[in-house]
Amino acid sequence: MQAQVLEGGFADVPVDASHAFRAVMTAMARPGEIFTISGAQPPAPLSPASGAVLLTLCDPETPLYLAASHDTPKVRDWITFHTGAPFVAAQNAMFAIGAWDDLPLSDFAIGTPEYPDRSATLIVERPTLSNTGATLRGPGIKNQAQLSLPKVQSFQDNAQLFPLGLDFIFTSGDRLAALPRTTKVT
Amino acid sequence: MNIMSDPNAARKGWLGLLAKSPAADVARLWAALQVASDHTILRAPEIGSVMVRGRAGAVGAAFNLGEMTVTRASVKLADGTVGHGYVQGRDKDHALQAACVDALMQTDAATSVNAGLLMPLQTMADKYKSDRAAKAAATKVDFFTMVRGED
Amino acid sequence: MYVAVKGGERAIDNAHAWLAEERRGDKAVPELSVPQIREQMALAVNRVMAEGSLYDPDLAALAIKQARGDLIEAIFLIRAYRTTLPRFGGSNPIETETMTCDRRVSATFKDAPGGQVLGPTFDYTHRLLDFKLAADGDVDDAPLGTPHPDATPHIMSFLDQEDLIQSEPQGAETPADLTRTPLELPASRALRLQSLTRGDEGFILGMAYSTQRGYARNHAFVAELRIGAVAVEMDIPELGFAIEIGEITVTESETVNQFQGSKTQPPQFTRGYGLVFGMTERKAISMALVDRALRWKELGEDNVGAPAQDEEFVLYHSDNIQATGFLEHIKLPHYVDFQSELELIRKLRREAQENIMQEAAE
Repeated sequence: MQAQVLEGGFADVPVDASHAFRAVMTAMARPGEIFTISGAQPPAPLSPASGAVLLTLCDPETPLYLAASHDTPKVRDWITFHTGAPFVAAQNAMFAIGAWDDLPLSDFAIGTPEYPDRSATLIVERPTLSNTGATLRGPGIKNQAQLSLPKVQSFQDNAQLFPLGLDFIFTSGDRLAALPRTTKVT
Repeated sequence: MNIMSDPNAARKGWLGLLAKSPAADVARLWAALQVASDHTILRAPEIGSVMVRGRAGAVGAAFNLGEMTVTRASVKLADGTVGHGYVQGRDKDHALQAACVDALMQTDAATSVNAGLLMPLQTMADKYKSDRAAKAAATKVDFFTMVRGED
Repeated sequence: MYVAVKGGERAIDNAHAWLAEERRGDKAVPELSVPQIREQMALAVNRVMAEGSLYDPDLAALAIKQARGDLIEAIFLIRAYRTTLPRFGGSNPIETETMTCDRRVSATFKDAPGGQVLGPTFDYTHRLLDFKLAADGDVDDAPLGTPHPDATPHIMSFLDQEDLIQSEPQGAETPADLTRTPLELPASRALRLQSLTRGDEGFILGMAYSTQRGYARNHAFVAELRIGAVAVEMDIPELGFAIEIGEITVTESETVNQFQGSKTQPPQFTRGYGLVFGMTERKAISMALVDRALRWKELGEDNVGAPAQDEEFVLYHSDNIQATGFLEHIKLPHYVDFQSELELIRKLRREAQENIMQEAAE
């Protein structure tokens, strides 16, 4: 591995990872709200936000699906060195990262009735992220929220699967928002 | 694996030696080593575990035996050479020193690092091993058969 | 009725302070250091590592000191610490064939290649208390012999060459890990072995003994028992190759058990396997016997209803931390539970008493 890909991890792992974890957790708890997250400098096309999410949530026991949009040798090496997460097919992934159009939604695990948690969390890289567009309602949202989602229908279908289903984290630059399976989208 | 055919054999050798050597020995020899080792840290020393696996029936399918403590670190020397250290136990300095040694062994400093640190470690490891082997050998049973009955 | 109870904080703090003082014992007696425990109580350290499922002699020694010598409490401390560690990955399976043996004996072949090496064993001691140890601890150095330069092959490999023993296919899968995914039955052999190697020594010993006494009799010979150091190797992604990341001492026990055969298959011996951290031969032999008993289904044997054949019974009761947790919780406050039981029994007694009085009156 080249020295370049060995850089760009958290400088102060316990502190940076705690802040990032807090941001991801709060984003999941308040769907639609946008947070900034910092500390990671991953190789392009990974955004700093998605890099920080990977550093925080992935380890050798979280199989990761790398969509074609993000499947470069440098990205692979960076993720391997900093997290150790193995790369797998969509069916076996616990996490996935990539552009919306490159994520095969129907292939990911949605959990089982005994273990709904055995489902994938998708980190979707977006060109922009703003509180416009689709309307979100549900747990963690006071009245309603707005978020620039790629495609409303997919999230409506996903919410139908509850308590099974996928969870989503959207990243853009150093910002992120989340959409768990409990959120109703219109 | 044949040493001649494995291009990584030498590096494997010193990394394994550093991993298995007592932290105190590495620290003592490292402190005595007169080698410049300015470096930046790529991965700060981190204490963790590795799940050790065995094989059913010694040769069969793998199973999880239990974990062991391991500490790792990665550094980059001023000239850009990268070194990695994975050592047994929970000593962060040990891991950092192992990473620095790994990096230095890929530079012109290799000869002095080898002579001042790796060779003494290898000598100590060999002696420990041969002492135990000699004690074990002394407990080996020599059977002698009692001849009895008709010839 | 629900009664919330708060309090006892002062009592708890003071109890802990007294515990610390009692742990230290008489201050006129020198304090034990962690290295002393590690070096001189090595077999206790080994047991804590094996059942704590974490190989780190210094940590195990510290846990023993903190637990005042209560090994299950020490194992509990190690298990708790273990959960705080990030896991870097899994090692390649250790190659016990390459072990530098401190001890290696076979009960099946006298002249096994590599020989019968007794090592630092309690066997053949007279089990008479040595009062010299109470006086001073000076010992002479052990005699040195000439080490055998050749490798020490597994005894089983000889039987395997002749096809006399059932083979052990490798399989390429990453083994399931019961510390990550809750144990589900039926359990794979990999899960059974993991469960047994970290199980309570006393429990596994009792189970193994029961098979010898006739409950799921499978007549074991210890084909080989070996104790010694093996290197642990792991693939390091940033290097692109595997390196040794340490060296551990393990005990390995392989048993040859009663053979089986059928009209189409000539008879073959079967095998049981034990592999445990540290110098822990009682545990390793016990593990091999219980492993063998649990294999009745895959070897096409009858379930004779013996406890050691019952996967659920063995695997769900072998973990001393699980067992301790559930057992000891019943000493903690159950005031409300018991209040309701008390009320119920008083009511039942009152009714019974009234019935007796009524019958007596009639």
